[in-house]
Amino acid sequence: MAELVFGRPKALSDVPLTYCPGCTHGIVHRLVAEAIDQLGIEGKTVGIAPVGCSVFAYNFFECDMVQAPHGRAPAVATGVKRALPDRVVFTYQGDGDLAAIGTAETVHAGARGENITVIFINNAIYGMTGGQMAPTSLPGQVTTTSPYGRDKNIQGSPIRVCEMMATLDGVAYAERVSVDSPKNVLRAKKAILKAFQTQLAGKGFSIVEVLSSCPTQWGKSPSEALEWIRTEMIPYYPLGVYVDRTGGGEA
Amino acid sequence: MSKVLMKGNEAIAEAAIACGCRLYFGYPITPQTEVAEYMAKRMPKVGGLCLQAESEIAAINMVLGASAAGARVMTSSSSPGIALKSEGISYLVGSDLPCLILNVQRGGPGLGGIQPAQSDYNLAVKSAGHGDSHMVVYAPSSIQEIVDLTAVAFDVGDRYRVPVMMLADGALGQMMEPVDIESIGTRTPPEKPWAARGHEGRRKKNIINSLYIEPEELERLVMERYERYAKIAAEETRWEEYRMDDAEICVVAYGITARVCKTAVDAARKKGIRAGMFRPITLWPYPSAQLDAACARAGTRRVLVAELNMGQMIDDVRLAINCRLPVEFHGRTGGMLPSPDEILAKIESLDAAEKEGKN
Repeated sequence: MAELVFGRPKALSDVPLTYCPGCTHGIVHRLVAEAIDQLGIEGKTVGIAPVGCSVFAYNFFECDMVQAPHGRAPAVATGVKRALPDRVVFTYQGDGDLAAIGTAETVHAGARGENITVIFINNAIYGMTGGQMAPTSLPGQVTTTSPYGRDKNIQGSPIRVCEMMATLDGVAYAERVSVDSPKNVLRAKKAILKAFQTQLAGKGFSIVEVLSSCPTQWGKSPSEALEWIRTEMIPYYPLGVYVDRTGGGEA
Repeated sequence: MSKVLMKGNEAIAEAAIACGCRLYFGYPITPQTEVAEYMAKRMPKVGGLCLQAESEIAAINMVLGASAAGARVMTSSSSPGIALKSEGISYLVGSDLPCLILNVQRGGPGLGGIQPAQSDYNLAVKSAGHGDSHMVVYAPSSIQEIVDLTAVAFDVGDRYRVPVMMLADGALGQMMEPVDIESIGTRTPPEKPWAARGHEGRRKKNIINSLYIEPEELERLVMERYERYAKIAAEETRWEEYRMDDAEICVVAYGITARVCKTAVDAARKKGIRAGMFRPITLWPYPSAQLDAACARAGTRRVLVAELNMGQMIDDVRLAINCRLPVEFHGRTGGMLPSPDEILAKIESLDAAEKEGKN
């Protein structure tokens, strides 16, 4: 008898994803769905979709979903969570959404210690609108709105979100991971699981920043893009746990 | 039945609690800050929550989240803050989410002033947010009416799945009047099977969303919403007629201005001028047919529109009566209020013009 050892997580909808070939959003979607399955929380989870490439996330997760205005996902999540404190609420946001237009919502949800989980996709670019500079675009990075490379004297320097959020007492757990290699995908999976467990334990705000690739807008092949995460992004955005006030160590 | 003396800003907060609202999200701004302060004191006593947001934008999006989760929820602000909320209001409309938004208007534009105004008629009625969108807009003229309309507003919002605005002003927010809050009774919010509350494995997932990439689908949904708007117009339009039976001169005014105009109409009547007042209570839907019919019944010859702005409602009045009567305007702005004598003088000038046969 053949045994099924690998399949679609139950919390991941059986529909084609709208992401470009080689984009790592699909991997992160899968990791989130696996965490939801593992914790058995699909029926009590409400997800918040952002504006950006993952705007259609409401089609991809099997839990109830709310689509938020650009950058406002943490505020929308706050409203859901305060109305339904026993529910699990997560946001799924890109770098433009979370670290540019939604910076205030992100910082203050963290400062309040909102008991929500934020999955933050950092791919250093605006993907949906066609490759513009993000708040996390690297120094020197060429984008359609920094065609001569990001110049810190003109466009300033990138925001390191986990480092910033770790300064806030309300943030219980902040970790930066990457999905450039199988080893790092497994670490990312553990981090996402721990973020949801942090919320289930009522410990406060949890955020997992995932360094992610955008082959289309970076103008690279999928494998070159993964290499670029390793050689360019990780040195600027070191992986690791930036704060862990959960008190319980690893789950 | 017991009456208590309350500020408008406090009365609406207490009325909302009586309506089953247990979540309030806001941000301080004069002249409505007492709403947040009152909620901060009262909500914990009734098992609710008052949360001060980091901005007006965050507050309206917290409202969006709570409404998506099926809660009765409200926010409040004043003119510049309402402008900030317009992004969220459009998303609430596009997502078919009910809520109550109180606007205690002040003078504008820009930071303007902090004194009473009706500066946001257009904002509330014509451009609640981007896209084809409307809010139901109530314009109370007394504190008891704020209380009564709060109950109506929550029910209408839930019934039609639309955001509702209570359009007050600095005077109504700040002044005290005796009110009976018990009169609105106990309200139980309806079941909301569409809400995103977690499906519990018992139904398919619910999606709260305003994005529709296929133009055919978006058009269909907007048109469906406008059918609901037509139903709201047919069922929920409110207005008051005062001494309109034989009013040759009809004063059209809403909110605090209507109270000044009522005094002026009485004074005109004492002088033998057949004046009356038509007061729209819903500014959207606008009681156009009702105004037209009232003027036709009364044999009205001239219309005076009075507002605390530079004439934001006047075109709706002209359209309501198909421009078949001369319409004049008297407005004060920047936080100034007209006196009854000022309005009376205007009524007298209209009466004189009519008698002289002037156009």
